[in-house]
Amino acid sequence: MNKAKVATVWLDGCSGCHMSLLDMDAAIISLARKIDLVYGPLVDAQEFPEGVDVVLVEGAVSSQEDLNKLHKIRQRSHVLVSLGDCAVTGNVPAMRNSVPVSKLLHRIYVDGAQEGKTVPVDRVPTLLKQARPLREFVKVDFYLPGCPPPSKAIASFITDLLEGRKSEASSKVKFG
Amino acid sequence: MKRITIDPVSRIEGHAKITIHLNEEGQVAGTEFHVTQVRGFEKFTEGRPFYEMPGITARICGICPISHSLASSKACDAIMALRLPPAAKKLRELVHFAQIVQSHALSFFYLSSPDLLLGMDSDPAARNVLGVIAEHPEMARDGIELRKFGLQLIEGLAEERVHPSWIVPGGVATPFLATARDHALAALPAASEIAERTLRFFKSVVDNYKEQIEFFGSFPTMYAGLVDAGGNLQLYDGGLRFRGTNGEIVQDHIAPEDYANWIGEASLRESYLKAPYFKPRGFPAGIYRVGPLGRLNAADRCGTPKADAEFREFHERFGAVAQSAFHYHYARLIEIVFALERIESLLNDPQILDSQVRATAGVNSLEGVGMIEAPRGTLIHHYKVNPEGAITWANLIVATGHNNLAMGQSVNQVSKHFIDGTKLNEGMLNHVSAVVRAYDPCLSCSTHAIGVPALQIRLVDAAGKLLDQLTTD
Repeated sequence: MNKAKVATVWLDGCSGCHMSLLDMDAAIISLARKIDLVYGPLVDAQEFPEGVDVVLVEGAVSSQEDLNKLHKIRQRSHVLVSLGDCAVTGNVPAMRNSVPVSKLLHRIYVDGAQEGKTVPVDRVPTLLKQARPLREFVKVDFYLPGCPPPSKAIASFITDLLEGRKSEASSKVKFG
Repeated sequence: MKRITIDPVSRIEGHAKITIHLNEEGQVAGTEFHVTQVRGFEKFTEGRPFYEMPGITARICGICPISHSLASSKACDAIMALRLPPAAKKLRELVHFAQIVQSHALSFFYLSSPDLLLGMDSDPAARNVLGVIAEHPEMARDGIELRKFGLQLIEGLAEERVHPSWIVPGGVATPFLATARDHALAALPAASEIAERTLRFFKSVVDNYKEQIEFFGSFPTMYAGLVDAGGNLQLYDGGLRFRGTNGEIVQDHIAPEDYANWIGEASLRESYLKAPYFKPRGFPAGIYRVGPLGRLNAADRCGTPKADAEFREFHERFGAVAQSAFHYHYARLIEIVFALERIESLLNDPQILDSQVRATAGVNSLEGVGMIEAPRGTLIHHYKVNPEGAITWANLIVATGHNNLAMGQSVNQVSKHFIDGTKLNEGMLNHVSAVVRAYDPCLSCSTHAIGVPALQIRLVDAAGKLLDQLTTD
């Protein structure tokens, strides 16, 4: 059997969804026999590869760089999953949405500093006006809500998908 | 002038990239360390009730949400000007030590051990935790089990592993159950064995890394960490100590509410991560480091028997002030031993089963500061509120931020030693990423932001033209 090519991506979130993924503990050892982890925070792949079977995306879309990444990911993946409340709804990253970006940056880097007092501009990505959920930009195939989604829900979702079953993970999740 | 970009840096917690400038001879002329996202918690929390802050700020980081809820709750305790029930303080300490264990295990086993066990120059396609599972299954299983021990204890106390709602202003939400305590006590000996076995292994191989020790951020700086009145290592309470490069104590027992007299923050043009500095020495001369190495350099001892024996051996081998960032790994493993010893003594303290675990009060002070040692270093939450309890101003100085200047200098030192621009290869650049990993930076924490780590290396000229590109596929 060919191993499934699985990728994970971390946009504007807190990594809690990735931690919940790792919270399957030793089950990762048997999962490792069925999948190749081809891209993500845990591996050293340099470029998001073509022909990914499943990609789990954590986090909202918050910068131009996030958006470019998301389009590339969608293009190169068969199944795209919104992993966690930030990817599904915007959640905590979207709490900044009522504040204009310039005011936000001024508060942190000018008012909030004793030296330098300048908004970073050299080779750092531009923030979008608002942090938004994935589905506003690309087609999302599955949603796994939760802050974070329970480890069991993530593990059974991946297993169902690999074994060609219709996932019933949605019965195990809730928002927040 | 040519430029290499490592974008993004992989196997770290958060989103960073590195720019390396090469001169005409292909030698490293300079480097920049960029942290590339920002979320603005300090601004968007304005107007929210202060008691929401532990829950909101926990979402800064999914790896150390406990640290943020603790520092935040301590700031809220100060706003309410109340005294915690003794059991509440002990339970907060217990959950904190559990988090130290799981977070340090993540850093060592899941993120850095691929470099140490498989080799910095090994095949990047397999240089990850799944590669460690395949090649070193016992070590991988140890890492999984040790992380699990910490998280199961967190679950036993707080019901959930990530983002529990248990740590609250005034204490904790619910008492600790004897069944959960007994479960943790039963699992403890196996966890201690793993911690001690891993430390023995690391001590047996550390001498193989002479070159890394010499060039991985090996330069004099101050070190900072919390200590108690007797100079013992503290993670939950205590005052902040700065120790100088020759072992002298520069400043001692800084109280949380006085932090701003001693720590300033500088904005940098090339990074969303601000750079804190020790105010009396100015910027950037006031460089210092925090985290496991910062703490073990700042403290006089740990205060528990096994960790103290390790502490003495560590300093005998590498000096009273161990100066290389490579030693973060060693210090991290000693701290796991320390945390497990403290967990044992807290679990055996009958008071932790007490039913009085939460005090309540309204706003009794318009300002509050909470300071703790998060796994990655000193964490400060500072809030101001109006009389109704709405946040009017917030400042967060987060563990990894303190190390910003030192990480920048370390990237520079490693690049100059390991990179030859005339025959660039992936392994050279992985050394640069590896020194960042040694600090175990939590960039999601430090900019209250997050990104997608992975590695892409492009060699471009000064005009931005792509000269060379390295990929693993």
